[in-house]
Amino acid sequence: MDFLVFQVPALTAQAILDGILLGILFALIAYGMALQWGVMNIINIAQGELVIMGGYIAYFMYMSGIHPAWGIFVSPIIMFFVGVFIYKLVINKVVDRDMFISILATFGISILMMQLMNFGFGSDVVVAQSDFGTTMLFNNSVTLPNSKIFSAVVSIVCAVLLTIYMKKSKLGRAIRATAQNARAAKILGVDTEKVYASTFGINAALCGVAGALVAITFTLHPYVGLPYTVRSFMIVIVAGLGNLPGVAMSGMGLGVFEEFADYLLGTEFRIATVFFLLVLILVYRRFKLAKTREYLK
Amino acid sequence: MLAFTKRELYICGALLLFLLVAPFVFVNFKLQLAFMLILIILAMTWNIQGGEMGYNSFGNIMFFGVGMYLCASMQIGLYFPLAEWTESGGEKTFVHEPDQYFKGLALGLAFAAMIPPIIAGLIGYGILGLRGHYFAICTLGIGIASGELAGGIELIGAGQGMTAPPFPKGLGDLETRGEFLYFLCLILLVATFTFIRWLYTTRFRLVLNAIRDNEDKAEAMGIETMRYKITGWMISAFFCGLAGGLVGTMVGYIEPVEVAFDGREMGVFMVLMTILGGKGTLWGPIIGASAFHIFKESFWTLFLGWQYVALGVLIIVIVIYFPEGLMGYLREKKPEWFGEVIDEKDRKAQISLD
Amino acid sequence: MKNLYRSILTFISVLALVFSFGTANAKVEGDTIVLGAAVSLTGKYSTNGEHTKNGYNLAVDRINSMGGVKVGGKSYKFKIIYYDDESNSKRAAQLAERLIKQDGVKYMLGPYSSGLTKAIAPVTEENKIPMVEANGASRSLFTKGYKYLFAVLSPANQYLEVAIDLAVEKNGGKPVRIAQAFEQDAFSQDVRLGVLDAAKRTGSKIIIDDKLPKELNDMAATLAKVKAVKPDVLVVSGHSKGALTAIRQISEMKVDVPMLAMTHCDASKLAKQHGAKSEFALCASQWHKTLTYKDKFFGDGIKYDKDFTKAYGYAPPYQAAESSAALLVFKDAFERANSFDTKKVRDALAKTKMQTFYGNIKFGSGGQNTAKPMVLFQVMCKSGKCENVVVAPTKWAAAELIHPIPPWSKR
Repeated sequence: MDFLVFQVPALTAQAILDGILLGILFALIAYGMALQWGVMNIINIAQGELVIMGGYIAYFMYMSGIHPAWGIFVSPIIMFFVGVFIYKLVINKVVDRDMFISILATFGISILMMQLMNFGFGSDVVVAQSDFGTTMLFNNSVTLPNSKIFSAVVSIVCAVLLTIYMKKSKLGRAIRATAQNARAAKILGVDTEKVYASTFGINAALCGVAGALVAITFTLHPYVGLPYTVRSFMIVIVAGLGNLPGVAMSGMGLGVFEEFADYLLGTEFRIATVFFLLVLILVYRRFKLAKTREYLK
Repeated sequence: MLAFTKRELYICGALLLFLLVAPFVFVNFKLQLAFMLILIILAMTWNIQGGEMGYNSFGNIMFFGVGMYLCASMQIGLYFPLAEWTESGGEKTFVHEPDQYFKGLALGLAFAAMIPPIIAGLIGYGILGLRGHYFAICTLGIGIASGELAGGIELIGAGQGMTAPPFPKGLGDLETRGEFLYFLCLILLVATFTFIRWLYTTRFRLVLNAIRDNEDKAEAMGIETMRYKITGWMISAFFCGLAGGLVGTMVGYIEPVEVAFDGREMGVFMVLMTILGGKGTLWGPIIGASAFHIFKESFWTLFLGWQYVALGVLIIVIVIYFPEGLMGYLREKKPEWFGEVIDEKDRKAQISLD
Repeated sequence: MKNLYRSILTFISVLALVFSFGTANAKVEGDTIVLGAAVSLTGKYSTNGEHTKNGYNLAVDRINSMGGVKVGGKSYKFKIIYYDDESNSKRAAQLAERLIKQDGVKYMLGPYSSGLTKAIAPVTEENKIPMVEANGASRSLFTKGYKYLFAVLSPANQYLEVAIDLAVEKNGGKPVRIAQAFEQDAFSQDVRLGVLDAAKRTGSKIIIDDKLPKELNDMAATLAKVKAVKPDVLVVSGHSKGALTAIRQISEMKVDVPMLAMTHCDASKLAKQHGAKSEFALCASQWHKTLTYKDKFFGDGIKYDKDFTKAYGYAPPYQAAESSAALLVFKDAFERANSFDTKKVRDALAKTKMQTFYGNIKFGSGGQNTAKPMVLFQVMCKSGKCENVVVAPTKWAAAELIHPIPPWSKR
């Protein structure tokens, strides 16, 4: 155990702020996952790959001389169609089936996408430069990259816009109706097929936005999608479905937790701790429900 | 209990004979065959959870990895200081005498067999209370967490990985090691098969199936489902641990996330192979694993980089179009092969309904 | 029931048939010498796997077009069988087995990364197949007593030792405070051991010692600690991803350290991707194009750089250069052994003493190259154009080491 983090106040502040900014970005990805999980009842293992693909779109804009931040507008549009395409090709065949089938099918999509990206975009690790600079706080002892702040702001704006859209628009209401009861919605004239396709498309678009943000804050490589999938999983499981403020909160909480685990237990156990937390939360919720003879559904 | 029908006896006998002579006929394929046997064991044990019980586990890989580390650590630790062995900068070269090697391996395998079921028993109560995809995700978490954890423990080489003791030099010729390991795998396979085959003739399987079909009803009927679930998991852990110990010795290099806790490949492959062959059957996992392994070994290298594209497509096609696997497909097309009597009148009546 | 079992029987016989295919080829077919190599074309090492493969290919083309390998008065050509090891050590070990047993390969080339080499070495050793590897630098490879393993590169522990020595020297011979972050893999961890040794030797203190998980893409926590404790040297190693992530976050978090030592700067095209942000980074390298080694196949480093860039469209990182050198070593050994007997080739390899464009090559008792020092280069920028300039050892230094690194507020 290393308690340096508590001895230096600036470090504590840094850890919390880093965690929150990181968490918000992950929460955006998790929001997409919660949406399609709730509506279509499938778990998308390819979430991380969608993010990375969105990131590559921003990267190629950067390579052709456009500022990569514009990727937050371009890549969701492209990714929306990618999402719809994937839906039409594979997902529509697993929507009504056992959830385990969807896990495996999207796992297949995930490795397929990794490989195609490796061929299409090259195997180099790449970064896109935003040159946003840095914000210094507390007499320069805490530094926050502006790109991370930008990511967090964009994520929040995206989530808010989407929430409003889901409340007000026709498609949004159709999606919510389908999530509540797909059969009833169908009987009442909702084209559930279209709803599913657009839900998956919206999820992919959210991943596209997140990807563009990842391109300017982290690094891109065809094979680094898994951490994004896994973290969005965790966030959704902690928050529960259909609970947007919950997703945001658990995203930030997870981010902060991760930073502190890193400081306290050592970086090598950071990912292990995150996964143990996942297991612990699930087991805790199971025991809590078991008291009333229920189980997680 | 082990009432073989005559025909079944022929099949099993022929298979066993084939596997007994295979290493001498296909000399160059020995270790690949041994690997196939391991995959069959993994698929068969996964089937106890995924197929019979309806609990799709991604966590069985943990037992595999724990077994692997335990076996190698015991084998080394019995005679040499483990920390010095795994330390990368160590200048000393340790060599196992033949006698030490085999004694160590025996002890290592004993530990690899005993500890994983204990772990399964300890965590089983908490984890097996989860159902459906929550169980799947939780076990996925366990699989990845254990790999990351092993990667942080200095004593077993951490991220560096550790080398398993090499086969003692001067024992037989080049082929001896391969033959020795192959037959260890074969013995384990025969043991696994015999045990699981016996298990499937008992009431135990019926309880597992009842859990799969409707756990609440099974409980309501007075079955203490948790006990059966944990026992089932412990059985899987026992054989997975042993298989892990053997793979560690076979590969010779143990790396936490790529060899031992390889949830991304082995963890998913065992699921896939079982589904390919047919969940919830005795022969399904065997056929699935052999077909998968042979396909992989024959064509994989030809793709040179495209193999994951092929694998991705394969997975998607299997789960969408053959969720019941080869056995399920056969059963539907040729029910009479499975000794199912079909009432012609009934079948016609059904058709005329459409 | 009967038919079910019959179908199973059919299945088994098909299985038997499939396995009977693929008889072992000879190691030398007609006038070609077949070498086997498993390289990472997919997975997390695909960047450097590609460099390795390109390096091998360039050397094969060059040797073949310049008369091939002369054994017993006859001229032979090299050919390499490639398999994709998926950046997975278990897969690599299986493929090595396959190359040796089924493809009948008698001479192996190494994969990319220490971890995969560690997985393959037991297999080649078991089968007494000589392997010349160019990308497995972990010291533990050379202490296991392997007789058939030869590495053209310097062991990993030497990568950054020089950097620590330099830091001590610049500090007026006084011990320094070191912060280090290494990825959790065989190679980076071995670089770490080298730094630990150097720290012990110079009496320096390690104040931060982080191990980064392989999947990690965020080093903010480590860097925040670095900011808080202000070490004299920051050492980072984590293949291409680690190098790029480190520079990105160091520049964004404005972490000021007097010296930043890294690995994989050229493989990740650091200077090109990060530009001025990567300036002053000190990088360990096995090779640099300005070194004055020569051979008759590639000329010198500058010429190799030009040829490689022409063939593959990017400047060769040292991973490619050392891979090319491995082929030159093999050629030399075949000609000296004047035989295809693996034992004789192995003995010839052990006696190798030659100069290539990549450096002098002479194998120590463990198989490591003892004749070639590591070089350190520093990223230096002039009016927006960044270049890797050799700063140590003094023999090849093209410029003076810039130390300490100016703080971010003045850059």
